[in-house]
Amino acid sequence: MEHIVIIGNGIAGVTAARHIRKLSNKPISIISSETDYFFSRTALMYVYMGHMKFEHTQPYENWFWEKNNLALVNGFVKTIDTNTKTLYFKDGQSLSYDKLIIATGSKPNKYGWPGQDLKGVMGMYHKQDLEQLETYAPNNLVCKRAVIVGGGLIGIELAEMLNSRNIPVTFLVRESSFWNGVLPNAESEMINRHIKNHHIDLRLSSNLKEIISDKNGQVKSIIIEETGEEIPCNVVGLTAGVSPNINFIKSSNIETNKGVLVNKYLETNIPDVYAIGDCAEQRKAIGLRRPVEAVWYTGRMMGETLAQTICGHKTPYNPGHWFNSAKFFDIEYQTYGWVFAKPKENHAHFHWKHKDDTKCITIEYHTISNEFIGINNFGIRMRHEVFNTWLNEKRTMDYVINHLSDANFDPEFYKHYEQDILKAYSNQLQIQTIS
Amino acid sequence: MNSQTNQSMSLANPEGTNLSIKQKTAITFGVLGLFIFLLAIFNTNLPNKALFLISSLGLITLGTILYSNNAYLTKPKGIKNDGVFFKSISSRGTLGWITGIILTSFYIVLYFIPQYLGLASNGLPNTGLIALFDPLSKLLSGNPASQWFVYGTLYTLAILVFGYKFMLKYRHNRYEQLRTASVMFFQLGFAFLIPEFMSRLNQSPNYNLPYYDLKSMWPLNYYLFDSWSINGLLSSGSLGLLMLVFGVISIFVVSPILTYKYGKRWYCSWVCGCGALAETAGDSFRQLSSKKLSAWKLERWLIHTVLVFSVIMTTAMIYTYLGKDSSKFWLTQSTFLTSVGVFLTLVFALVMLFKRKELGKDARYGAYGYFIVIAALFIMHYTGTTDEIFLIKASSLRSAYGLYIGSIFSGVIGTGFYPILGNRVWCRFGCPMAAILGFQQRLFSKFRITTNGGQCISCGNCSTYCEMGIDVRAYAQKGENIVRSSCVGCGVCSAVCPRGVLKLENGTLEGRINSNDILLGNDINLIDLIKR
Repeated sequence: MEHIVIIGNGIAGVTAARHIRKLSNKPISIISSETDYFFSRTALMYVYMGHMKFEHTQPYENWFWEKNNLALVNGFVKTIDTNTKTLYFKDGQSLSYDKLIIATGSKPNKYGWPGQDLKGVMGMYHKQDLEQLETYAPNNLVCKRAVIVGGGLIGIELAEMLNSRNIPVTFLVRESSFWNGVLPNAESEMINRHIKNHHIDLRLSSNLKEIISDKNGQVKSIIIEETGEEIPCNVVGLTAGVSPNINFIKSSNIETNKGVLVNKYLETNIPDVYAIGDCAEQRKAIGLRRPVEAVWYTGRMMGETLAQTICGHKTPYNPGHWFNSAKFFDIEYQTYGWVFAKPKENHAHFHWKHKDDTKCITIEYHTISNEFIGINNFGIRMRHEVFNTWLNEKRTMDYVINHLSDANFDPEFYKHYEQDILKAYSNQLQIQTIS
Repeated sequence: MNSQTNQSMSLANPEGTNLSIKQKTAITFGVLGLFIFLLAIFNTNLPNKALFLISSLGLITLGTILYSNNAYLTKPKGIKNDGVFFKSISSRGTLGWITGIILTSFYIVLYFIPQYLGLASNGLPNTGLIALFDPLSKLLSGNPASQWFVYGTLYTLAILVFGYKFMLKYRHNRYEQLRTASVMFFQLGFAFLIPEFMSRLNQSPNYNLPYYDLKSMWPLNYYLFDSWSINGLLSSGSLGLLMLVFGVISIFVVSPILTYKYGKRWYCSWVCGCGALAETAGDSFRQLSSKKLSAWKLERWLIHTVLVFSVIMTTAMIYTYLGKDSSKFWLTQSTFLTSVGVFLTLVFALVMLFKRKELGKDARYGAYGYFIVIAALFIMHYTGTTDEIFLIKASSLRSAYGLYIGSIFSGVIGTGFYPILGNRVWCRFGCPMAAILGFQQRLFSKFRITTNGGQCISCGNCSTYCEMGIDVRAYAQKGENIVRSSCVGCGVCSAVCPRGVLKLENGTLEGRINSNDILLGNDINLIDLIKR
């Protein structure tokens, strides 16, 4: 039987493996040099914060892999020979495959800043990054201040992590407001205030110029591009996005661009070689999605899809409506459908914010057809299934706003805000009619 | 895994988890309060007992309140689990073990050698710790304190002060707040004050009421059908009779209706005293429950065995209490035994007929096994093979149950081991009441925990903080509702979820147990294909 080899034991690779196993008895090997067992990358922050131990981030008990006949290989693949279908490892060993799935995920971006490889400079992506952080920032005596560079989802998580150990944090954000390339202004500004409420030194419109070393090759301070200000610190977190982790593939015949190029069947240019998850780049973007999607959910969906193809039922990767979620300190965020930072042409935003400044929603809708396009909800939980149905049915904005309570997913006895929201919406309509 | 790193993580003492000055002061108050107990235990002759009792209870209360205020009110609302696995007390560290050993020893002394606490014998006055509580006991019931009064007072105090702490910790979550207010109310009113006032009634010769916590149902309240209890109730006029009827109605009418509508949580995490202590004083230990599959297997066998034991024991007790003469008792031994037999057979037959598919293989085998054993015992009895209904004398069964289950399992292990095995050991592995409610919750209830489409990121917070050791994540990451007999509906999985995936709900029975191979969010055609 054909040997399926998966490079990478993250959510994409492991989902593919599980689903191939459900559908077949093919021998499967999963290779990783990061950890022996699959863990939830998104949960690493909770280990540093002391909410969980590392074991708790592992969704399956250790016996699971052997029981399901999934061979785990601890190794670092150095080169791929697609002619002989062989992988060569850093330690000189090799492994042959019949079908290869590349699921190597991402690595933190480094933009060539002076000092970016000093001791105490790290991303927050791999398990090894967590270990680094534990070494250089165990407490606020060893790490008197940390600087985070890059205002995205990982940046704010790193700020929360360090904050949990009372380590002062300076947070450099290139944009004029946190994550405002994705979030509409009102939301982004609410998060700015929330960040500051947690005593984070948030610096908007600020870029890193360079990282200064002490005499031991360790971080001493950083300098801000715009002001030239020097900020003394012991740790620098580089969280300016991630990019596909595919350096080892560049020497092979597999075609790459930013990521490993794949068609809609997740096939690369080489037969029997596939790529899924963060490291895959669609040759042709699907709908409004980006060609490289570094999101937990899309990794999982690609794994689910590719398993079908590998097991003889060729299936294109055709994800449904966009959805995502995050948590900004104490504020949960979910999104269903599309809400753009600035409404697209013929689109408008309806925004409602609670006076406590921790809850708000923004709905994007079509101004002519009144069609509901998407929702961002902060501090209020909403049902995925309901919004998925409404998007399928192409419901109008009026319908959605009048039925919001059907979508509420907050715990029992929570205060509901649907009436407030409806009132705000009606007021807005009136104002529009008058003007 | 790189063990060295993990080691350094657990040994690290991040500054963030250190205590503030205010917290240290608060702890000092609390420890001073406990120190007064220690003085009393060593039989120090405290001059004004009432004053010392008030100061010790007051200092403990004050200390906990100040500590909680400083720990939670100084921070924004939200999940407060920072450093849980770095703190010695909540991660099986030295403090955890010391607390566990002290609690366990306390329970052993309480149950088996109460004279060490100063319990008097032969009508002499109490000494030691128990004497310290005499003034309060005399105020409430008019009697001197017993070891159970001391225990009850401390138990109630713990629920009240740690309940306050829990409410601050979850001040963003109304479900948690209401639930905690509810257990605090039931503990203070139903478990503590009402029984004390009832015993005041006993000063009149017309009343001979047993200690009776009205909310504590059989089989958790395993002594409800003991002869002394029934005699006491029956000899206390219509009030006593009413209480006995209430007890029986609770089991056969009230509980099934509420469990059908809301799941077992209406009892286990809103009313029950054991649950109340676990959710308040035990909250710091919820993350210590084992989530292994093997623990779940052990749980299923253990808890149902205790249930079978308690049914057999109670049946034997009532059987022995009843006479053979139908002129003396409206219920005779043989009618009683026959009706128990018919009832158990009916439950067994109906479940096997209608819900067979929903039971796991081992659950079916277990049910067959126990059914055969009970049936065999009944047959042996009717054919006259043995005099005793269950081979052993009812009173021996009763005392064995009281010792091994009532005292050792629920008290010594159930509570003493909080800091080692987690706060719901008894509820999870031993409580026969939880077994009955759980059985109904699994098969005939509208309650479930709903998962929110494809939003789960498998982070594991839900599983880690599940006190019942349910691997919540295993369901959430498959988009599957959580329908488990052990779930007490504490709502903490939903609270700690960083992605808004879990919600406790009462809904229709249809589609309550769902299973998806492919999660919502992927290709609709693919989801349909897999479903087919």
